[in-house]
Amino acid sequence: MNTAAWWLVLLQALLFLLGAPLLVAWVRRVKARLQNRRGASLWQPYRDFYKLFAKETLVAHTASPVFRAAPYIVFGSTLLACMVVPLLALGLPSAAVADVIVLVGFLALGRFFLTLAGMDIGTAFGGMGASREMLVSALAEPAMLMAVFTLAMTAHSTNLASIAEHQLSTGLILRPSYLFALMGLVLVAIAETGRIPVDNPTTHLELTMIHEAMLLEYSGRHLALMEWAAQLKLMLYGVLIVNVFLPWGIATEFTPLALAVGLLAVVGKLIFLGLLLGVAETGLAKMRLFRAPQFLNLALLLALLGLLSHVILEGGA
Amino acid sequence: MNLTHLTLLEQAVFVLAALVLFLSFSLLAQARLLAGIHIFAWQGGVLALATGLIAATSDEPHLFISAALTFGLKALTIPWMLHRLVRRLELERHADPLQHPALVMMAGAALVIFSYWVVAPIEQLELAGIRNILSISLAVVLLGLLIMVTRRQAVTQVIGFMSMENGLFLAAVAATQGMPLVVELGIAFDVLVAAVLFGVFFLHISESIDSLNVDRLNRLSTREDDGV
Repeated sequence: MNTAAWWLVLLQALLFLLGAPLLVAWVRRVKARLQNRRGASLWQPYRDFYKLFAKETLVAHTASPVFRAAPYIVFGSTLLACMVVPLLALGLPSAAVADVIVLVGFLALGRFFLTLAGMDIGTAFGGMGASREMLVSALAEPAMLMAVFTLAMTAHSTNLASIAEHQLSTGLILRPSYLFALMGLVLVAIAETGRIPVDNPTTHLELTMIHEAMLLEYSGRHLALMEWAAQLKLMLYGVLIVNVFLPWGIATEFTPLALAVGLLAVVGKLIFLGLLLGVAETGLAKMRLFRAPQFLNLALLLALLGLLSHVILEGGA
Repeated sequence: MNLTHLTLLEQAVFVLAALVLFLSFSLLAQARLLAGIHIFAWQGGVLALATGLIAATSDEPHLFISAALTFGLKALTIPWMLHRLVRRLELERHADPLQHPALVMMAGAALVIFSYWVVAPIEQLELAGIRNILSISLAVVLLGLLIMVTRRQAVTQVIGFMSMENGLFLAAVAATQGMPLVVELGIAFDVLVAAVLFGVFFLHISESIDSLNVDRLNRLSTREDDGV
């Protein structure tokens, strides 16, 4: 059983790797349709990666080893973070490290090297993007931790798999704290993955870009790895939201049928989430950078209200 | 008290109470007058829904009447009156930003904790489920007070006052299954009359000092204002 379970862990990682570009393509497709465009094929991100991996990789002559190593570290730490999140099944051997604080740590490691790489070349845009990224993440991290602690207080564990298991075993309970934590986490996810009200993933306008500004000097396989890591991060947050708050359908035993149901459930939930994201991005305008702290303050307030309403309304139980 | 022992409807009441609290916080943060009025209307609507749910779960038919009354007055009539007033005074684009938003939010969170701490000893009276909603409604009352303290615009201060009343109403409905219908009718009309009177006051204030910023009422003449 043990080796089979470990294979399943690898399968999950593979699904993350292959699914992330598809999720991004789906969101782009939804946005294109809403804007009366036909949109690119769902396989477009794979074609982009194929092209980028085949291309020559150029590195500026002022670049230090940090610049060369950063894409691998960012990609690796994001992938490790993805392996922590339960995708298809609960109770996998990797659940032992599936701790929320570990997850936040992996993401912080990736972000640290991303910003270092942004500053490494010494161009103005890289440094600007890095400082903006740090501004957003320094405000988003406490909100995320606070939202997750609300869940942890209910489940009496910071382990993601146990939180989802607790949610499954108690059945449908309307918890005000979960509602607030969900809203807070969605806002954090939007800020962290650089989606529209905070950052525009398609922009190359120097005044507004955050994530793009740090990648300007990258090319070839380095760029492909960086972009793949960003797409993994979007899927990571999506899976985190759907599987922790609405874990119904996820496999609790390792039979082919249960796993197939789990796969179908998570794909369905992600399709729905992508639809919501596409609609929201079409309807909202990107806000000024200096309003981002307000946006994240709202996330922090929501998470704090979640924590308070857990204590007050749910009697700490 | 454990949520798992309650029915889904009763859980929904808790969620709605939490939403009322959240809307109070949004009122506290909202700078624009019109958006503030809309949030106030939403708060009235959520409050009416909560009252309706309590009526359904506790078998008190007269609560349906007060739910309808709340919806009609606090979600429709008073917001509509405030809306019309704001338009008449040409304040649609007016904003009343807070001086220290983060500090005020922290104060709001502290007030919630304080009201929980105040209500906590009532646990001994075996009103567990109600105690929780009672602390939420006390927090809503205190937040309304905070809105009135931190704002300088007369309209936002009135919204704060009305949301205080929302908190009192929530407490009454949750703790005692609603007040007698006569009392409730009286309060409803009180609120309505208050809204009308506030409207008249707004007109007079704005006519005499040319603004609704109540800080300027402290000054003796307009000339003093120019010197500052």
